[in-house]
Amino acid sequence: MGLLGNIKKGLQKTRSMLQGRLGALFSRRRFDDDFYDELEEILIGADVGLQTSLELVEKLRENVQKGRISEPEQVVDLLKEMLLDILGKETVPLAVSEEKPMVILMLGVNGVGKTTTIGKLAARYRKEGKNTLLVAGDTFRAAAIEQLEIWAKRSKSDLIKHQQNADPAAVIFDGIAAAKARGSDLVLCDTAGRLHNKANLMEELKKIYRVIGKALPGAPHEVLLVLDATTGQNALAQAKVFNEAANLTGIVLTKLDGTAKGGIVVAVARELQLPVKLVGVGESIDDLQPFDPQEYVEGLFAGEWI
Amino acid sequence: MIFANLSEKLQNAVRRLRQKGKLTEKDINAALREVRLALLEADVNFKVVKTFIADVRERCLQSDVMASLTPGQTVIKIVKEELTNLMGGEVAKLAAADRTPTVVMLVGLQGSGKTTSAAKLANLLKKQNRSVLLVAADIYRPAAIKQLQVLGEQLSIPVFQLGQKQPEQIARAALEQARREGYDYLIIDTAGRLHIDDEMMAELVRLEEVLQPEEILLVVDAMTGQDAVNVAQSFRERLNLTGVILTKLDGDSRGGAALSVKAVTGCPVKFAGVGEKTDAFEPFHPDRMASRILGMGDVLTLIEKAQSAFDEEKARELERKMRSRQFTLEDYMEQLQQLKKMGPLNQIIEMLPGIGGMGKKLKNFDVDESVLKKTEAIILSMTPEERAQPAIINSSRRRRIASGSGTRVQDVNNLLKQFAMMNKMMKQFGKMEKSMLKKKGKFPFM
Repeated sequence: MGLLGNIKKGLQKTRSMLQGRLGALFSRRRFDDDFYDELEEILIGADVGLQTSLELVEKLRENVQKGRISEPEQVVDLLKEMLLDILGKETVPLAVSEEKPMVILMLGVNGVGKTTTIGKLAARYRKEGKNTLLVAGDTFRAAAIEQLEIWAKRSKSDLIKHQQNADPAAVIFDGIAAAKARGSDLVLCDTAGRLHNKANLMEELKKIYRVIGKALPGAPHEVLLVLDATTGQNALAQAKVFNEAANLTGIVLTKLDGTAKGGIVVAVARELQLPVKLVGVGESIDDLQPFDPQEYVEGLFAGEWI
Repeated sequence: MIFANLSEKLQNAVRRLRQKGKLTEKDINAALREVRLALLEADVNFKVVKTFIADVRERCLQSDVMASLTPGQTVIKIVKEELTNLMGGEVAKLAAADRTPTVVMLVGLQGSGKTTSAAKLANLLKKQNRSVLLVAADIYRPAAIKQLQVLGEQLSIPVFQLGQKQPEQIARAALEQARREGYDYLIIDTAGRLHIDDEMMAELVRLEEVLQPEEILLVVDAMTGQDAVNVAQSFRERLNLTGVILTKLDGDSRGGAALSVKAVTGCPVKFAGVGEKTDAFEPFHPDRMASRILGMGDVLTLIEKAQSAFDEEKARELERKMRSRQFTLEDYMEQLQQLKKMGPLNQIIEMLPGIGGMGKKLKNFDVDESVLKKTEAIILSMTPEERAQPAIINSSRRRRIASGSGTRVQDVNNLLKQFAMMNKMMKQFGKMEKSMLKKKGKFPFM
């Protein structure tokens, strides 16, 4: 069904929700403390983050006090506008490199969906007729190489791999060299999941980043941090530390097909000016989509609330 | 970080008001507002927070709190107690079946860490001399079966698999083999699934029917946000959950999801994944988690670590010397060596109360363990006489020590300066303590 279907479903839910939670909120027709508290809870409930939520609600409050808003319904429109100011109004596409190969580096903590995202992304580029080469840079987790191998087959991409426990920077160096020799259009580098508070693993990442630059000046062209939509406040810390280590160029928000909203990307976009470029909305190979901020903001207020 | 240290903030909030003499309801509300924000920042679900705060407020408003001499402390204590109660008071154990095997099923979202946890749990049981059969029932994710096989091989634990056959079929055959061969435990790794995926949830229900497991453990990522309640609720509605495994607790998330999940399912968190290695898996301590969620530092863990690393005799000796001001460089080195035994310094620092959110900043500066090594080398290059009486170390001795330890003269100077300062501080501390004793007073923060 893809993102559009999901969004549509979401919009239907928005309507029922407007009669539900937001509806109840607006039936108050009064801007009292409870009104703002509830609005705050809606944002916090979507994992927008405490500080961001508090500040957004504070801004709304100011607007009401200045008389810019008189009806509770207007609040949602203004709130959406404020969120779009943070997230950007347009879809930010992936970079296009002038020369071949273009190198994409995929990063993130454990279990967010890096390998799966690479598989799906490779499939997308293959559809556009590009030659893709996958590099098995996760040499740590058991069977991570085999997992990428299966994705390479599914997406009909080349694969460069070493043994388990090999130096990931060396695998990636080889991958880029192979891509240059074969004339591949794209190199997609997988990396092991790493918690951002492990200094040694972040050092390893810095080395990977440096080595890519040496293997191909100007590379990597995209450094994407994969964030799991179910993650809460910690995603902000992840983004900060990964950004320091490897100059992120964008975010991939995965697992948006659940009930989690991934609202922490608002805080990430605000603090680090990092655009969300892709979203994962399902298990099949086509379920990786460009991020549409407008649709996302609609979806943020949609859905069921327990 | 906005909530660098909750306990400090709370104490400040209350201290300010205490000067007025009596604690009012308004004061308690102010303090509880801080608690609310801290819990929300820790990713505890906002509804759970609401109920929790209401409960705590009720207890706080009871007269004995208002009248207590240290209302700040009392409020914190109540918050911590209620939090620990909510988390479940004691360390929960794995159930045991009347006849073997005890069947344990792991379920959860994609990427929560089921396969890794299955192997880690098996390893923990194996260390307790139990025989374990692991079952690979994730037939969907590419190479999931292979992953479990590799882990099983590393740990010398057998892994049962039937390739991509239906999970029920795999479960049935595995159970049969476990019974036949008399395994103590059968641990089933299932595929990650979304809680709203009806078909996939139905598969788990069928698995539960086939296996009749003693334990169904929901595997939850400690970094999970507000959605943890939705996930936990959905899994609980379909399955007879018996417990939770909290993974990736070695990250720096505050882990409020643990509280949300506990509140929604009523199931205790039984185990925690705390590292990349297969032995980084522990029974879960609810009281410690309560401290972590509040940002109060894991004092208990620290104390335990210190206790196991410090030789008590030596500690007492050290204390005596510190009091009598006979603390020498030799003692100083010994102290550093003890400290090193407690584990990586940045891990220890994280556990200290008062560090809280600051821990994140500290991580960037990365505690430099090489400084410890350097200090050790310098002291080792001194003669026993020099260690006992640093005053005799003149410039020629300093040069000798520097070249002997492969450091610079400045490093030796620094160390001596630090040591002198430390001794001075100890003297002051000794005096302070004496005058305090005279007044029969306590430290203001005790």
